[in-house]
Amino acid sequence: MALYKLQINGRSYQADVEPDTPLLWVLRDNLGLVGTKYGCGIAQCGACTVHVNGEATRSCVMPVSAIGTSKVTTIEGLSAEGNHPVQQAWDEVDVPQCGYCQAGQIMTAAALLKRNAKPNNDEIDAAMSGNICRCGTYHRIREAVKVASTKTAK
Amino acid sequence: MKLAASAGGGLLLGFNWLGAGTANAAVVDEAAVAAGSLEFNSFLSIAPDGTITIFSPNPEVGQGIKTAFPLIVAEELDVDWTRVKVVQAPLDTKKFERQVAGGSGSIPHSWDRLRTAGATARLMLVEAAANRWKVPASELTTDKGVVTHKGSGRKLSYGDLAQDASRLTAPKDVKLKDAKDYKLIGQSIKNVDNKPILTGEPLFGLDFYREGMLFAMVQRPEAFGLKIKSVDAAAAKAMPGIVDVVQFKNNVAVVGKSTWQVKKAREALKVEYEKDGDLESSSDHNRIFSELMDSPNATVRRKDGDVEAAFKKAAKVVKSEYQCPFLPHSPLEPMNFFAHVRPDGAELVGPTQTPERARNEAAKFLGMPPEKVTVEMTRMGGGFGRRLAADYVMDAVEVSSLVKAPVKVIWTREDDMTGGNYRPAVRYRFEAALDAQGNMIGYKLRGVGINAGNPTREDNFPAAAVDNLLIDSFDHKSPITTGPWRAPITNFLAFAEQSFLDEVAQAAGKDPVQFRIDLLEKAKKSPAGEVKYDIDRMIAVTKLAAEKADWGKKKGVSQGFSLYFSHRSYVAQIGEVVMQKGKPVVKKIYAAADCGVVINQSGARQQIMGGIVDGMGHAMYGNMTFKNGAPEQENFNTYKLIRLNEIPEIEVFFVDNGIAPTGLGEPALPPTGAAVANALFKATNKRLRNQPFVEEDAYKSIL
Repeated sequence: MALYKLQINGRSYQADVEPDTPLLWVLRDNLGLVGTKYGCGIAQCGACTVHVNGEATRSCVMPVSAIGTSKVTTIEGLSAEGNHPVQQAWDEVDVPQCGYCQAGQIMTAAALLKRNAKPNNDEIDAAMSGNICRCGTYHRIREAVKVASTKTAK
Repeated sequence: MKLAASAGGGLLLGFNWLGAGTANAAVVDEAAVAAGSLEFNSFLSIAPDGTITIFSPNPEVGQGIKTAFPLIVAEELDVDWTRVKVVQAPLDTKKFERQVAGGSGSIPHSWDRLRTAGATARLMLVEAAANRWKVPASELTTDKGVVTHKGSGRKLSYGDLAQDASRLTAPKDVKLKDAKDYKLIGQSIKNVDNKPILTGEPLFGLDFYREGMLFAMVQRPEAFGLKIKSVDAAAAKAMPGIVDVVQFKNNVAVVGKSTWQVKKAREALKVEYEKDGDLESSSDHNRIFSELMDSPNATVRRKDGDVEAAFKKAAKVVKSEYQCPFLPHSPLEPMNFFAHVRPDGAELVGPTQTPERARNEAAKFLGMPPEKVTVEMTRMGGGFGRRLAADYVMDAVEVSSLVKAPVKVIWTREDDMTGGNYRPAVRYRFEAALDAQGNMIGYKLRGVGINAGNPTREDNFPAAAVDNLLIDSFDHKSPITTGPWRAPITNFLAFAEQSFLDEVAQAAGKDPVQFRIDLLEKAKKSPAGEVKYDIDRMIAVTKLAAEKADWGKKKGVSQGFSLYFSHRSYVAQIGEVVMQKGKPVVKKIYAAADCGVVINQSGARQQIMGGIVDGMGHAMYGNMTFKNGAPEQENFNTYKLIRLNEIPEIEVFFVDNGIAPTGLGEPALPPTGAAVANALFKATNKRLRNQPFVEEDAYKSIL
């Protein structure tokens, strides 16, 4: 066990865990931030996507020891009021079916729009195809990314 | 009847419709409700501030019931939807009935009941206003939670009237709205859980946390047909954070303080297994299918006319076999459950499609009366039928009872995928006899399955449309466990049957759409045996799909037709394939659905689109194979699910016929495989008969 100081959603957290513990499980089990989901554990489904220094990152394969001073953002910290343009777009388009994968989808989309404010269809497909939605809400995910790209980030 | 007002001074209505066709409503006391001493099976309350609370009793698995149920109540109540708060009710067999998410059955079951609940409350509020203003109730109108007297211009909100209404006797025989007056039903209403979903609030079973609870993972045999010989848990027990290692049935559970610690310790278990049954491989299944196809001992499911005579005099016979593999359900939230077994009872919390089964199995195992076991339902990260079983609930119950502590059992993706309860593997043999004019005069279907039960649906189309018909089946018992998988049996049967009918239409030299319509009209004019589907509704969705897709009129587009009736709803689909750089691409799927009244356009459309994506994805890619009893795919790296860049465009149309609504959680999935395969055939002349398509030589040859 070792004590890790983590910068998450603009706050400081401490976790006393084994160095190989994936960030996902530190968030969920140690810090009570359960918005980040477990889906596969091998970076195949994207349900666990968070931002590490603004980059979409699979937290299920990111050992806590590798984070250092990096700034982590989870779905809980994407916006203060749940009104990030991507969250707004997801609501407007009524994307969620079961909803389990959507936090990861939103984090992937938010990272995409941060580096490319007006992605074309191919760029949206390329960025979003790493995230599985078992319910098949893909059409709405695609549409919501487009809607979000028309909104100005607050 | 109780006349006490609810705690906030508002109206709290309880409805009791157990054993009766109509609802009995009564004003109830909130304290009594909280104490569980009242026998009502639905509630709605109106607070003085105008907030309406509607309890949703059914499990929410992504089918949208938590939005659709309250929406129906709110329609008849005539309230402002934005003031409605929806609360997920726990399992309570005294207050609710059919708390199940399965068979696309919730809406047809509750449609009248929910409308009556809303209409009863509305009538009481109107009566309260009429009394206050001393005017006839017939002069009052309602809208968005406000009662208006047009003559005098007076208005009162439901919140203002709630206390008065709570002193009235609930009326019987309330009149329901005409469909033309609907304000909410048929609109697009958003998922009521959007806010917590989109902001990451705890909502799902995996998110449930109880102070002091332990985490557990269960090691099962790596293959079906093995049992535990010996367990050496010393190394696992010595790992950090591990509290205990316990054994139950064929399982070893590692219990500890965090998910990761438990997962790592489980890898340190040394468990030896020995043979306890056949260790079957997929090659064995292929051999078994071939043997059973010619077995003389099949169970006859339906027999009309003289099928042997029809085949003897046939001008042409068409014969084909179709096969599908086992499939895991793969809900993105893997199996998990929380259990706290105490000496005097048990508390269960988690994702389940059948909370009553969870409670009853737990009670039976613990030797407790069922009322000592409580079940709280979390939102489910998908289910697709997997959470109809309670095996993973019992993992938590058994482990909690062994370690005497609150425990949450978590399955990894690998546990989930290799843990059984699969869609059964099935092979079908179809034979059709055509006369010289191309009429289908004989039809034979044999279904053989592995733990599939009856793999046919003998009364489905084309039964009743063919004079001489024989449908029979054979089931092979295997150690590999199976269970219902979204649209059980029909998820593959529909593909096989609708692909085969495409083959028959081609052999008969007929247009595939007209071929089906001719058969349906024949079934209407002179049915062979019982007709168990609505012929007119079958024809209507067929014609709607053909009209919207411009069937047969598009240049450079190859179309494939498919039609299926399942779970009380009717869906026709047309797949479209275009050639791009010499390769076929599935560009679009049209869907025409008849589920009667569409309650929520947004939810209903997504159920159809999601069903099509699911149907296409599993037809294309889904493949679970076995080697010596062990599943060969364990996670999404080797088991492929469809992704965003692989979906076709989808356009959805509903038949508007005003018929009482039926479910949509399943019916859009079955027709999709054949809509795709028939279009691919049209484009390439290659017939896909086995799933997944990507493993078919015919498919590899065209890509």
